[in-house]
Amino acid sequence: MALSKQEWLDLEKKAHELRHLTLQTTVWAGSGHLGGGLSVLDLLTVLYYKYLNIKVEDPKWEDRDRFILSKGHAAIAYAPVLCDKGFNDPEMLKTFNLSGSKMGMHLDSNKVVGVDASTGSLGHGASIAAGTALAARILGKDYLTYVVTGDGELDEGSNWEAFMTMNHYKLSNCIVFVDRNHNMIDGNTEDVMALEPLADKLTAFGFNTICVDGNNIKELCDAIDVAIERSKEVQAPTCILMDTYKGAGLLSVQGDYHCHYMAIDDETFEKYKAELDQYYADRVARAEKEAE
Amino acid sequence: MAGGFVYNAIDQTEVATAEIYGKAIADIMLNDPKVVAITADLAKSTKLGDVLKVCPERVINVGIAEQDMFGVAAGMARAGVIPFVSGFSAFTSMRACDQLHTDICYQNVNAKIIATHSGTSFGQAGSTHHAITDLAITRAMPNLTVIVPADGFETANAVNAAYNTEGPFYIRINRGFDLVLYENMDYGFEVGKAVTINEGTDITVIACGSCVAQAKKAAEFLKNADGLSVRVLNMHTIKPIDRDAILKAVLETRRIITVEDHLVTGGLGSAVAEVVVDSGKACAFKMLGHKSFAMIGLQEDIMADAGIDANGIIASVREVMNKDFEEDNDWDDEY
Repeated sequence: MALSKQEWLDLEKKAHELRHLTLQTTVWAGSGHLGGGLSVLDLLTVLYYKYLNIKVEDPKWEDRDRFILSKGHAAIAYAPVLCDKGFNDPEMLKTFNLSGSKMGMHLDSNKVVGVDASTGSLGHGASIAAGTALAARILGKDYLTYVVTGDGELDEGSNWEAFMTMNHYKLSNCIVFVDRNHNMIDGNTEDVMALEPLADKLTAFGFNTICVDGNNIKELCDAIDVAIERSKEVQAPTCILMDTYKGAGLLSVQGDYHCHYMAIDDETFEKYKAELDQYYADRVARAEKEAE
Repeated sequence: MAGGFVYNAIDQTEVATAEIYGKAIADIMLNDPKVVAITADLAKSTKLGDVLKVCPERVINVGIAEQDMFGVAAGMARAGVIPFVSGFSAFTSMRACDQLHTDICYQNVNAKIIATHSGTSFGQAGSTHHAITDLAITRAMPNLTVIVPADGFETANAVNAAYNTEGPFYIRINRGFDLVLYENMDYGFEVGKAVTINEGTDITVIACGSCVAQAKKAAEFLKNADGLSVRVLNMHTIKPIDRDAILKAVLETRRIITVEDHLVTGGLGSAVAEVVVDSGKACAFKMLGHKSFAMIGLQEDIMADAGIDANGIIASVREVMNKDFEEDNDWDDEY
């Protein structure tokens, strides 16, 4: 499924719309995890608009591909995707985080349609993904399981337990993404709890590790194509280590750990919208150039 | 789903309770390809030997990693597999508590937890391996059904019931052999319904797990020695608790003692007390269980030390029977 130029541009446009919708949802909610939401949004776009074998009209279709957002606080970006896809009424986004809403800061898989796992407590998603992938083997199904963890989240030892399970059972039908946005609540990951050399660690745990620019649609698609090809054989699982910007697209704050959680006033809202438009223009120009 | 494992009285005296689980789950797995056994380096200790013989490909060992085990189970259950997760009670309840809470209970998945070596049944291993907080923890988890079987027959019934009932279960069984309580599996086991082991009108002893046989012994002794009519209830289901049986005991015997191989904080006694208090009916009440970390030793010695064996129950029944408790409006002289 090599990425055509038009497909690339279409995905850029979709990612741009979703970045705006994520920003808008943050405003409706009063505040939100914008930083970690925007860093992973390109991956969400690529998976939901190109790769995932899912049916909006049959969200619990048992042969569907699974997606687990282990970094559950990125729901501020995930909920807009699920609404835009048609799993949930987009009007629900206006109730995000509000009392009595079905959509909270961390999505409840029993309340929000299309969510495969209730996450939010960090370090859970990888094990759930391993179980989901093992179940495919046991039930004789071909679906793939995709899971994305944060980088700070990898401080939780349970992730590494899960990685050992993925390696031991050779779960190549499970594709792991790490959103390496370099920041967590208290600062840079290397200042809070050093992760490097992260790619080496992941490889040492048995992954075929692919390092990409996680805010580059083309690089993401190329890596996922490789992972899917590898999934057809029972072998080591693939980890796609995505180098990303926390708050990608908010040009004045991206890469700063302070954008982990933000409240936005009207003036900032307008400023960020303009920044997202500039970011999109830059990315389209890059796509036009690199697709030549 | 239907059916389940049946075994006979000959097995009962020769098979440890955890082995009953092993046989029950092997029987279920042989007949249902969607059932999987998961363990954390305790396949042997949690008696999965029979399963390994019949369907080794459906025994998933995640190594010494209880958090991963529960996450894997939740993922499997979401995908349509029915996982039976076995491990020591101390670790299934505490090491993986967040996963139990979020992955299993919050998501309300169809996963079954078989918690072995419960209470002080692994007594010599000391407090690291005693599970005397697990009922307090699991009882607080929404959606989770909590069962403490009293012997091997009841363990088989509980495993079958868990298999045949959608939703998460926590079944707490002992290491080694339990005293035989029932003659066979056909005594009317029903999740959420206490079993009357002994009819009685003077006082009710409500017990679970290994304490039920002790309460039965105490009741027989007290009938002969003191002429007392002691009702004994096997409260095998801690959650949802059998409110009707408790309220009946309050009204008919006016004296209740609870007994459990667990801390008095948050377990069976607390569950019964909540019902009694909520009823607004007064009754003499005493909770037997551990007061702190238990001593190291054989389970029978630990139970004697904690006053939850037959002798301890006898002493407590006599104490409570001597309390002046009347059905009048004079609250000053009541227990």
